[in-house]
Order: sequence, then C-alpha cells, then structure tokens
Amino acid sequence: MSAPKAVAWVAQQRVLIALVALIAFGALRYDHFLGAFNVLSVLRYNSMFALTSLGMAFVIMNAGIDLSVGTTAACASVVAALLSPYGLLPGLVGGVGAGFVVGVVNAFMITRMRILPFVATLAGMLMASGTGLLLAHNQSISVSYDTDFTWLGQGDFLGFPVPAWIAGLAYVYGSLVLNYTAFGRYILAIGGNEDAARLMGLPVDTVIFWAYVQSGVCAGFAGVILAAQFGAGQPAEGVGWELFSIAAVVVGGTLLTGGMGSVVTTLFGVLLLGLIFNVLNFENGLGWISLSAFWQSVVRGVFLMVVVMAGSGRRRALAAA
Amino acid sequence: MVDAPIAARGRRNLGVAVFFRRYAALAGLVVLLAFNFAVTPNFASLQTLNVNLTQVAEIVIVSVGMTLVISTGGIDLSVGSLMAIAGALAPLIFLSPFGAAFPILGDALAFVVPVVVATLLGLFNGWFITRFQVQPIVGTLVMFIAGRGIGQVLTNGNLQVFHNPVFQFIGLGRIFGAPFQVIIMLIAVGLAAWMLRRTLFGRHVLAVGGNERAARLSGVPVDRVKQFVYAISGLCAGVAGLVVISINSSSDANLVGLGMELDAIAAVAVGGTPFTGGQANVIGSMVGALLIQLLRYTLLANGVPDAAALVVKGVIIAGAVWSQQRGRTA
Repeated sequence: MSAPKAVAWVAQQRVLIALVALIAFGALRYDHFLGAFNVLSVLRYNSMFALTSLGMAFVIMNAGIDLSVGTTAACASVVAALLSPYGLLPGLVGGVGAGFVVGVVNAFMITRMRILPFVATLAGMLMASGTGLLLAHNQSISVSYDTDFTWLGQGDFLGFPVPAWIAGLAYVYGSLVLNYTAFGRYILAIGGNEDAARLMGLPVDTVIFWAYVQSGVCAGFAGVILAAQFGAGQPAEGVGWELFSIAAVVVGGTLLTGGMGSVVTTLFGVLLLGLIFNVLNFENGLGWISLSAFWQSVVRGVFLMVVVMAGSGRRRALAAA
Repeated sequence: MVDAPIAARGRRNLGVAVFFRRYAALAGLVVLLAFNFAVTPNFASLQTLNVNLTQVAEIVIVSVGMTLVISTGGIDLSVGSLMAIAGALAPLIFLSPFGAAFPILGDALAFVVPVVVATLLGLFNGWFITRFQVQPIVGTLVMFIAGRGIGQVLTNGNLQVFHNPVFQFIGLGRIFGAPFQVIIMLIAVGLAAWMLRRTLFGRHVLAVGGNERAARLSGVPVDRVKQFVYAISGLCAGVAGLVVISINSSSDANLVGLGMELDAIAAVAVGGTPFTGGQANVIGSMVGALLIQLLRYTLLANGVPDAAALVVKGVIIAGAVWSQQRGRTA
C-alpha cells in the first residue's frame, strides 16, 4: 500500500469511527435512538441529502462545484408533483428529467462557454429556482394521492423506506462507477490535474459534462423524493442544500482540490451531519437541557471546523508524501 | 476607472475585445437605462432612483468586501450570516435596560459592537483559512453554517421590532436628499478603489491573488494580507446588516442577509472581477449590482413575474461572465 493510499485509508476509517462513536453515544444515552421508528425516519429524511451529496461528491472529485443541487431538487419536485396524477413512472421520469436538463445546462456553460463552475452553477441555481417557481405559480403543488406516486417517498420495501433504497442503490452505483469504470477513473484523473489529463488524451470535456449531468440527475431523484415524501412539489425548498451537501462531502474526507475522494465516506458524512440534528432532538427530549433547534447549525458548523482542522494535518502529510 | 492588473499589460492592446470585457456591464446598464426611459412609465423620477439605489446599497456594500476577497483568489460565503449576527446584536444592545438608561451610549455601542464583532468573525475566517490552509469556500462555509445559528441563538429566533430614529438613520436618514446608506455605499466603493490603486496593501492584495507563491517569495506577508481582506469583508457585512435592520425597523436572524453571499458574488462576477484572482474592479462590482437590480426592476415594472426575473438573472450572470472571458482570451 503506497503512502497516500494508506493515509486515505486511515481518513476513511476516521469518518467511520466518528459515525460509530456518535451512534454508540446515542444508543447508550437515549432509549429509542436505535428503535426502528427513529432509524427509519432518519434514513427516510436524509436520503434526499445523500443523493445531492453523491452528485456533489463526483463533481468535487472532478475539482468542480455544483451550487445548483438544492434549487434543482426544488424544481424537480414541482415537475414530479405536476406529473404525479399520471402515475408513479411519469412523476419519477419527469422529476429526474428536470434534474437532467438543469445538469445539461450547467455542463454546457462549463464545458462549452468555459465559465467557471462556481459562477456557471450559480447561474444554473437561479434558473432552476425561477423555472420551478414559474411552473408552480409560486405555490406548493399538491401531489396526486390517486396514483401510487407517494410510494416513492412514503412507502416501504422489504422493511426499509423506499427513499433509502433509492439512495442506497445510487451509492452502490456511484461506488462501482468511481472505482471500476473508465469514467470514474477519468473523474479523478481530471480532478487531480486537468492539463495532464488533457495531454494524456482523456476526453476531459465529455467527462466533466457528464459529471454535472449526473449531479443534476441525483438532485432530480432528491426532488422526486421531496415531492413524494411531503406530498407536495415545493418550489421554495432546497435553499442551502448545496452547502449542506458540500459540507457532507468535506466531512466525508473528500478534498475540494479534486483528484481524491470516496463515495462511501460521503455517505458517512451525510449520516454524521444528519445524526447531529437527531441527537440534539433526543437531548432536548431528555429534558436536562433545552437547546433550541438553532443550536444544530452552530454545532454543525463547529463540527465541520473540527473536521477541516483534523484534515489539515492529513493534507500536509500528503504534500510531504 | 478600472484597477489595472499588476503588470501594465492592459495598456498595450486596448482593442475592441478588451473594451468589451471591461465595460460590458456598464454598456448593459446604459442600454437598460435607455430602454426604461423609453418604455417604463414614470421611470424618470427621483423616486425610482431612490428606490433602486436604496435596494442595491446593501448588496454593493457587501460586494466591496467580496471583490477584495475574490481578487485574492478566495471567496466569502459567510457574509449573509455575519449580517444576521450584526443585525441580531444591535437591537439587543439598544433595547437592553442599559441601552434604555443611556440612550446615546447605547446607540453608539449598537453601531460599533456589531460591526466590530462582524469584523472579528471575518478575521477569524481569514485566520482559519491561512492557519489550516483550508480552501476559502470550506473555511467560510463553517461561518456560513454556524453564523446564522449564532444569530438565531442570540435572539432565540425571535423577531426584534424597534423604533429608534437615531439608530435607524443609517438606513432611513438622508443627507442633502441622498439616502444615507447610498452615501455609505459610495464611500465604501471609493475607499476600496483608492486603496487598491494607491496603497501598498492594495498592491499586496492583487499580488497575492495573482501569484501567491511569487508574492510570498518576494516578501509579501501573504497570510496577514488574506486575514485582513476577510476582516474587511466581515466589516462590510456588519455595516450592511445594520442598514438592513434599520430599513425594516426589525431584525429577524432567520432572514437578514439570507442569500446575500450569492447576490454579492453575482455582482462581482458581472462587474468583471475574474475569480482566478489578481485583478479587482470595485466600481465594476457596483455597476454589476446596479445592473442586476435595474434588470429586476425593469422586468417587475413591466409586469414580468419575479420568478421569470430569477431565470433572466441567471442568464445575465452567465452571459456577462462569458463575454468577459471571450474578451480575455481574444
């Protein structure tokens, strides 16, 4: 095992260790923390963030950024809700298709118009938000309960929530693609050194293009789940999801400089950030202290800070290696 | 007008392309103004001018700091959260028993303390980024997430309503008919533009953004320059936060400055400051903010829904940056 690999392996375990420690803490301290209801609702709710974070992880490993995932999910939830009277499949395809379109627009701006990802996806974010609001006439769009569309958000399959299945399958797909396909390897190669990748003859623009489309599709799935889970397409939702997703990817140990990262640890990052909120809720339930919900963002921010500080030593080790 | 790049390279080929890149936003603004004078009813009035200027002032104030940060090759996502903290602190001070007992001192402290706190938190951003060699986007993401939470915790998430003419002068006052925050805005833009052109610190900022390693090797105190730049960004955000709550006569930590980081970044991008660092165009950022604001006003005044205006805003940002980039490579 080469030095960077060994370091990355330790980093991967570090995220896992933190996650296990938090779960152990919760399980010992609170009665129903590991109860089926809590576990399943945490999974159901965080599946949306898991999906946007997965798309984000690929983009970030590619040394880019996607600010549009939140409003893309909101826009997709509106499209899915509008199509839900026609059935489960039209709603699903419509929502995911909306995400696909936003992804293509982002990718076009980045690879063809040569606009920096940060600015391009900022523009994409505004366009997706505006489109969602236009389609929904600035209101929530109730989904149809006549079809089985809501199953996508509220249903269970083999005892697990359907959204968790979707997110889980997406992570299996992501992990396989990153580690075992040319596309995944190219993502990392381009993220590591774009010029070198170009000189090696890798299809740089094509790979970058599909990384953003993939992120859009992931956000589309998140939007479908959003609509199905809460019974409405919500054009004003999704604010700040992009930054939550970036935080989850960073907590998962992926460097924003690109070229390195892991799909699985991104999932750990999502669960860690999600569980902090959950633990705070339980802590309030105990009645010893009364922390308002506002503390969760303070705790999340401090947590992100600690993770980044811990990671800075690792970066130095990498630079030395 | 435009702050020159470190080397005097812009002088040689002031061709059409360079002109286009530099003044694209300004040209857009002129076209938009002409369109409005011709089409929008009652456009040529002092009221229209005041409405647009007062609405844009807070964005411009924040984007002054953002321009400096971006010209060092960084980014500051925390400005909206710092606005929320400053906005939460000020009423806490002048509404407190102490502030009620000593109104003058209370009002003075309500100006000074929030701005100082925002500046220090900005300094913290800079320290965090330089000390741990964190990317600015992650480093300021910490304060983005935690900052609004701090503001909410301070006020328990409650809306603070107040009526305090002395304090609210910053948002509602007028000097010779000009809204006070517009004067603040012009002072901030002027100071920053002067600093970038005429002071050592300004040249250091551009040197750090142009080539950090070279700047370090030639003895520029890179870390200190960066810390200072983030502190200035925090200062601007703090002032903008006070302006916002004064206009609203209330402070809601959940809403003050929400999304401001993106508005400011958009203004900087449209204004022609490249995200790669090394160049700064503070006046351009002001023009960019004015362009975005006037565009939204034009669409709303002509009956286009706000949601469509969002889409157009996105297209404008992409288009402006695209045209500048073409100008740069041409």
